[in-house]
Amino acid sequence: MSDNLGRGEALPIFIGNVTKTYGKVFALDDVSLDVKQGEFMTLLGPSGSGKTTLLMVLAGFTRPDHGSLKFGDREVIRTPPHKRDVGMVFQNYALFPHMNVAANVGFPLKLRNVSGPELAERVEGALETVQLGGYGERGIDQLSGGQKQRVALARAIVFEPRILLMDEPLSALDKKLREHMQIELRHLHDKLGMTTVYVTHDQREALTMSDRIAVINHGKLMQLDEPRTIYDFPANTFVADFIGESTFVPVSVSGGKVSYDGTALQTATTPDGAGKYNLMMRPERLAFVSGKKPKDVNVFKGTVSELVFQGESFLMYADLSDGTQVAVRGATQKDAMANVPEVGAAVSLGLHKDDTVLIPDTGDLPA
Amino acid sequence: MSVADILHPGAAAAGDAAPNADGLKADAALERMKLFGLCSPALLLVVVTMVLPVVWLFYLSFLSDEGTFSLEHYERLTASKAYARIFWTTFKVSILTTIICVAIGYPLAYFLAQLPKRAAALCMITVLLPFWTSLLVRTYAWLVLLQRKGLVNTWAIELGLWDEPIKIVHNLNGTLIGMVHIMLPFLVLPVYGSMKAIDTDFVKAASNLGASPVKAFWKVFFPLSLPGLFAGALIVFVLCLGFFVTPAVLGGGRVIMVSMSITDTIELFFNWGAASALGVVLLVMTLGTLFLASRLLNLDKILGGGGGGGGH
Repeated sequence: MSDNLGRGEALPIFIGNVTKTYGKVFALDDVSLDVKQGEFMTLLGPSGSGKTTLLMVLAGFTRPDHGSLKFGDREVIRTPPHKRDVGMVFQNYALFPHMNVAANVGFPLKLRNVSGPELAERVEGALETVQLGGYGERGIDQLSGGQKQRVALARAIVFEPRILLMDEPLSALDKKLREHMQIELRHLHDKLGMTTVYVTHDQREALTMSDRIAVINHGKLMQLDEPRTIYDFPANTFVADFIGESTFVPVSVSGGKVSYDGTALQTATTPDGAGKYNLMMRPERLAFVSGKKPKDVNVFKGTVSELVFQGESFLMYADLSDGTQVAVRGATQKDAMANVPEVGAAVSLGLHKDDTVLIPDTGDLPA
Repeated sequence: MSVADILHPGAAAAGDAAPNADGLKADAALERMKLFGLCSPALLLVVVTMVLPVVWLFYLSFLSDEGTFSLEHYERLTASKAYARIFWTTFKVSILTTIICVAIGYPLAYFLAQLPKRAAALCMITVLLPFWTSLLVRTYAWLVLLQRKGLVNTWAIELGLWDEPIKIVHNLNGTLIGMVHIMLPFLVLPVYGSMKAIDTDFVKAASNLGASPVKAFWKVFFPLSLPGLFAGALIVFVLCLGFFVTPAVLGGGRVIMVSMSITDTIELFFNWGAASALGVVLLVMTLGTLFLASRLLNLDKILGGGGGGGGH
C-alpha cells in the first residue's frame, strides 16, 4: 500500500440503483442517492427500513444484488472492504479488547506501514482530536461508554480516510451525553471535512447534525432534503409522521381551492391536481386565537379533551368539530400557561398559512 | 431497652443511625446458612469420593511392605530408569496428542463457527456422536481398521498407495490416532464456544481499517479465540496424562504410560504402596502442569478476554 493512501480531499459518493433482497424481502429497493463532497448526510429511518443495509453496502460488508457505487470517480461496488479506505464507527464501537487504546487507534496506521515516531505522533494527534490525549495506555475495559465512542472515532479518522461512515454511534449513550456528542461530532466533521454518512433512527439527532437527510422506509428513499425542508415540507405522510409530531386532518381540494369543514383555507403551497390531501398540523405550530381572526391565519374551532404538563412544554388534545383529534404543544412560561384553556372548554386554534402544509394522501396514514 | 422503645419500636429505630441494621444482618446470615445447606450434599459427595481417596493414596504411598512409614516406593521410582522412561512416554504421548488435536481441532472449530446455525448444529452432532459412543468400542474399532490386515492397509494396498502392510497399530502411531480421535471433542467444544463469542463486528472493523482477511484473522480473531484454545488444550493434555484404555489396546505393550504401569503394579505384584506412589507422582505432575498453565492463562487477562468468555 502506498503511504498517502486515504489522505487527501473528501470524496463525493454516488449510489446508483442499488438493490438488495433477502429472499422475497427488499432490504434496498432501487436506491439512488448522491452524497456531495464533504457533506454530512444522515440516513434516517425506522428499524428494518434498510438504512443500515445501505451503510453496510457503502462499507463493503453487504453485497447488493445489483447497482453502482462510486467514491469520486472510482467504482467500488466490487471492492472488498479492506481496500475501500473508508473510516467507520460501529454501533457497539467494536474496539479490539486485546489491545489498549493506542494499539486500537494505531491499528489502521500499522497496516499502512506507518511506524516509529510518526505512528505515535498520529495516534496521539487523533486522540487529542477526540479530547482523549494521554489515554493511549488505557485498556478498553477501563473506558466509559462515551470514551469508547471517542476512541472508536479516533480509530476511524486516524488514517485520514476521505469518507467516514457512522452506524448509530451515539445510541448507547445516555441522553445528555448523546446531545453533547451530536454537537461535538458535527464540529469535528466541519473541522476534518470528510464526507460523512451517518445512520440513525433518531429524527432529532438527524435534524441536529445533518446537511441533508435521506429518509428511508421499506428499502426505498422517501425523501432527500435539508433538515428544514424535510420538517416543514415533508413529501409524504410517512416522512411527516416519522419526523416530528403531526396530526393529519383530511381536507377537500377542488379547482386549486382548499377547504376544511366548509371553510376555505390559505395554504403555503397549492396542490397540483385533484386527489386526496391531508393537512399536516405540527402541534407546536398551532396557537390559541382569541377575538378577531388574525390575517394569514387559518382558525380551527374545537374542544379541549386532554391537557398534560411535560416540563418544558405542555401537550393538549383538542377535538375539532368533525371529530378529528389534534395535538397542540406550547411552552410553559407562567404567563403562557395562564392562557391555556381547561379540559372541556372551547378553544380556537390558529395555524399560519405558511405552516398550512398539504400532504398527498397515499393511503398509508398512520393509525 | 426502655419502655419507650417497647411502646414505639419504630421511633427507636428511626432514632438509630442505622435503622433495622441488626435485623437485616441476621436475615443475610440466615440466607447464607440456607444456601450452604443446599450445597452440603454435593460437598459431602466431593469429600467422600475425591478428598478421602486422595488422602488414602498419599497414606499408602508412604507405607512400607511391613506397614511402617518409609520412602522406599519413592526411592525405587527415582532409582529405576524404567520409571523415568514411563513418565517421559506419558508426557510425550500427551504433548503429541495435544498438538495434533490443536492442529486438527482449531480449523474444525473455525469451520463450524462460520457455518449457519442449522448446519453448525448438524456438524456438531457428528463431532459429538463418537463422544457418546463407548470408549472401548471406539478403541477396538480403530484396532480393526488399523491392524496389519485391517481396512486401512488392505484398501491402501489395493489403491496402490503402498505395497507392504505398514505398522500403524500396536505402536506410537496407533496410540496417537486413537487418542486424538477420542480427545478431539474436548478441544473442539471450548474452542467453538470461544469463537462463537467473538463479535463479528471485530473482524468487520479490522477489515474496514484495512486488514486483509488473513491479517484480520491473525491480528484480531486468533488472539480473541486463544483463551478457548488454551482451555481446550489443557483439558486434552490433562486427560491424556491419565489415559489408560486406548494406549493399552492400541499401543500393544510398546507404549507404556503411567496409568498402565499402575495397573501392572497392582494386578501383577499386588503392591499397593508402589502403585500409590506412582499415582501421587502423576497427580503432583498434573497439578504442576495446571499451575504452570494457570500462570500462562493469565494471558487471558492481558488479552482482555473479551471474545473468549464463552469457552469456559
